[in-house]
Amino acid sequence: MRYDTLIIGAGLSGLAAGIRLAHFEQSVCVLERHTTIGGLNSFYRLRNRNYDVGLHAVTNFTPKGTKTGPLSRLLRQLRFSWDDFQLAPQTGSRVDFPGKSLKFNNDFELLVSQVAAQFPAQIDGFRKLSQYLADQELGVVVDPQLTARPVLNRFLSDPLLVDMLLCPLMFYGSPTPDDMEFTQFAIMFHSIYREGFARPREGVRLILRQLVKRYKELGGELRLRAGVKSIVSDGPRAVGVVLDSGEMIEADRILSSAGLVETLRLCEAPPPTVIPANLAAAGEITFVETINTLSCQPADLGHHETIVFYSNTPAFRYANPAAPCDLDSGIICSPNNFQYDEPLLEGAIRITALANKDCWMNYGEDEYAAAKESWNERITTAALGHVPDFRPAIVDSDMFTPRTIKKFTGHVNGCVYGAPRKNWEGTTHLDNVYICGTDQGFLGIIGSMLSGIGIANRYALRAP
Amino acid sequence: MNADEIRQVLLDILSRIVPDEDLSALQDDVPFREQIELDSMDFLDIVMELRKQYRIQIPEEDYANMNTMGGAVNYLTPLMKGVSAPA
Repeated sequence: MRYDTLIIGAGLSGLAAGIRLAHFEQSVCVLERHTTIGGLNSFYRLRNRNYDVGLHAVTNFTPKGTKTGPLSRLLRQLRFSWDDFQLAPQTGSRVDFPGKSLKFNNDFELLVSQVAAQFPAQIDGFRKLSQYLADQELGVVVDPQLTARPVLNRFLSDPLLVDMLLCPLMFYGSPTPDDMEFTQFAIMFHSIYREGFARPREGVRLILRQLVKRYKELGGELRLRAGVKSIVSDGPRAVGVVLDSGEMIEADRILSSAGLVETLRLCEAPPPTVIPANLAAAGEITFVETINTLSCQPADLGHHETIVFYSNTPAFRYANPAAPCDLDSGIICSPNNFQYDEPLLEGAIRITALANKDCWMNYGEDEYAAAKESWNERITTAALGHVPDFRPAIVDSDMFTPRTIKKFTGHVNGCVYGAPRKNWEGTTHLDNVYICGTDQGFLGIIGSMLSGIGIANRYALRAP
Repeated sequence: MNADEIRQVLLDILSRIVPDEDLSALQDDVPFREQIELDSMDFLDIVMELRKQYRIQIPEEDYANMNTMGGAVNYLTPLMKGVSAPA
């Protein structure tokens, strides 16, 4: 069998790319090593309960009828209607630092008024910053060396406000420690503060199911348990892939969402000089997440917020911690606290914390189980200043770690936001092998799908 | 296909690409982008849909002819003369 395009990875970017190509009549096959779809945004079932890996919230949310912005563009490109993703907006979120707290929701004015109330000396600078960011052409990299902090410091003089504004954006997308690429920052500022959070009542599986259904209706093929062992090339061009099973599949081009380093490793001896060392590096930033099922709704305990981003230290430290988990900061997410038509059946609180990948990768099986249990407890305790004590209501609890993420994504290091340097062009040293997904540059649920769409359009549909 | 049929084909394509737009008041001589939200990705989809549905190849240098409804109909009329209208 020979395909027009092979896609490596059945995550959001790969499936979205697949829909575009199948819609325009290409023969296309998505190859997924794992037993299920979703990649970084997947799900699993444990003790009769569904757990999401990844998705806390869909960012880039805009209400029905909005004709511009990433969500609207995505829906048009994939020919979905707004209702297909059943997005319910958040109830409201918060950034919690020692002595200060900033609320925000899907109306940017709330954040503006919070900054005005809590940082009166900074509000003019914040307004100017917002305007400056609004004037940026999103996704256009002017200077790849430029990072967010110098820009923030130009407009704001209070380091606490700078860290509070960066905290949610770094947590939700920065592959680099302590600071983030400016382009990425501008996109995240827009997608989180200007647009906002939403979630399908059913979680990420609803979105994935819609993608797969559409993809298959259009004639696309999806193969699970079909890991790509290597990309076979002839000179400067790839000719196909060999699966773990030894099967060879030929194709005119390959779109890989496996990650840049991961994709290069699949190639037969990539010339090492082609990819600069800093570009090829895999990410270091990763997380653990505890997922607690509760006997009641979080609101019954007095917890009404969708997401709380917190730091227990005034200087937010976003880096690979020395300990297995960083207890100084975290994200508390309740999937219940979105404006659904009817409440979720069970309450849940998830807490995400920065994690040291090496610790989690190197544990033996017994140590691993014990470490999960002990860090789960410590993370919960450390978060209690920011959420009512929900421990008595816990009926079940699990934790996923960099090890889980590696299993679902195949990412080296089990890192979440991919390579520190994004490959915005999406090209590789092979003429017909392209990168989409996390390492291409767009993040989040909507961003990853747009990455797949953009790369498919650019290299697989417009090529003569 | 005659001019009216081509116009209908374009309206059908547009209604699928931008389902939330009201296309009933679309003016012939005003660029699409000044009347409806149509970014460059959407614009290329018009071209690709024509290729998919009617096997019409539109070279990139001719895209400028497609900016308005009137221009697109004029440009496509000779190209689609032998193509039959959708049932």
